[in-house]
Amino acid sequence: MIKLLTRKPKPMCLAIPAQIIAIEADGRSATVALGGIHKAVSLALIEDAVVGDYVLLHVGYALSKISAEEAERTLALMVEAGLFETAPAAPDAR
Amino acid sequence: MRYVDEFRDQDLARGLAAAIAAAVEPDREYRLMEFCGGHTHAVFRHGIPDLMPSNLRFLHGPGCPVCVLPMARLDQAIRLALEHPVTLCTYGDLLRVPATGGQTLFKAKAAGADVRLIYSTQDALALARRDPDRQVVFLAIGFETTTPPTAVAIETARAEGLANFSVLCNHVLTPPALRAILASQDSGGLRIDGILGPSHVSTLIGSEAYRFVPDEFGLPIVIAGFEPLDVMHATLMLVDQINRGPVRVDNQYRRAVTASGNAKALALMAEVFTRRAAFEWRGLGVLPDSALAIAEPYADFDAERCFAVRVAPGREVKGCDCASVLRGVKTPTDCRLFGRVCTPDNPLGACMVSSEGACAAYWSYGRFRGAGATGQVA
Repeated sequence: MIKLLTRKPKPMCLAIPAQIIAIEADGRSATVALGGIHKAVSLALIEDAVVGDYVLLHVGYALSKISAEEAERTLALMVEAGLFETAPAAPDAR
Repeated sequence: MRYVDEFRDQDLARGLAAAIAAAVEPDREYRLMEFCGGHTHAVFRHGIPDLMPSNLRFLHGPGCPVCVLPMARLDQAIRLALEHPVTLCTYGDLLRVPATGGQTLFKAKAAGADVRLIYSTQDALALARRDPDRQVVFLAIGFETTTPPTAVAIETARAEGLANFSVLCNHVLTPPALRAILASQDSGGLRIDGILGPSHVSTLIGSEAYRFVPDEFGLPIVIAGFEPLDVMHATLMLVDQINRGPVRVDNQYRRAVTASGNAKALALMAEVFTRRAAFEWRGLGVLPDSALAIAEPYADFDAERCFAVRVAPGREVKGCDCASVLRGVKTPTDCRLFGRVCTPDNPLGACMVSSEGACAAYWSYGRFRGAGATGQVA
């Protein structure tokens, strides 16, 4: 069992996107949703988090907020870069 | 999951692959080093080398905290767990890493030491609160991503007066290691044309922390996210900089990384930690100002000062090429032990243990593809 647990540990610098669904009254911790799982995390390292924000979650801490606008902009840049060469990828590009 | 699935889109990947193929100049070599082990795994897990033109290859850097930890530091932690009546807790990655003589924290646990795997520093604090008579030592390891959570734990312990909590600090810094790699290029037989900058380390330290890469070494660097499209997009941006210049710090991972980083976390790190004058890295040697120790006002929470543990210099495994793999000079398949005696089930070197290690990436995703990223047959 222990072996199974440690076979594929989470890479140490890898954080995952999770959405804040509730913030405790003291503002120091929150509950996030992560692919159907709810988890308590610390907000000690970020500021101005509100319910609905997406954050990068790492070892129980929210490390930074994810900017929805910048994510859209990056995807748009990727579409544009790809269009440069390939026509077929275009129609349903987001 | 949002912010994951859309950055793994197949059609966009094809478009980016075609764009990279069109952008590379045929008579030029593109050697791109991904500093971070998380990128090494993203590259292999998603088969990105197969989508790249033959004159573009990825070199794997030292950004795997478990891999760069010198054996002596691990020996120290194991001795501490065995010789003192403490509960030693740490992240899962570290438990199976072989120390001198093939000893591991798991073996120490089997021999009676109280070693625990934790997910978060909050778990370590909870252990200390639950049993005030028991000394709880958190074996801290990691780059800037993992450092602020340790700082929060130390700060919390002080605020709560948790006298039975301490930290054995092995936190290391990204910029000094990157600088050491770039400075050793000529002597080390390595040539790098561009750097894929870390994702989550950069959310903390900000993209400006890498200004020395273009300014002092004349090389392009692009901060890249960890998803496959991020890696490909950043690769395209690097190719563009290499072809046309001017070399600069570019930020592909804008949705999470700013120029100045996370001010709150950086302030906390500055408060709780101080720089060590020098620290030994596996593969890179002793680097000045490259690691953190616990600052004087928090000395009561420093396990190095609370517990006397003396260790001899660690002995590396004979034939293990981890040191060269970490510098990007060798690929895992160049190592004579790779896949023969050194496998994830029986790792001899740290690069095979860690989920960020280059050897583990080759083994998990690339050992049957033959070519790896190097064109050699494994």
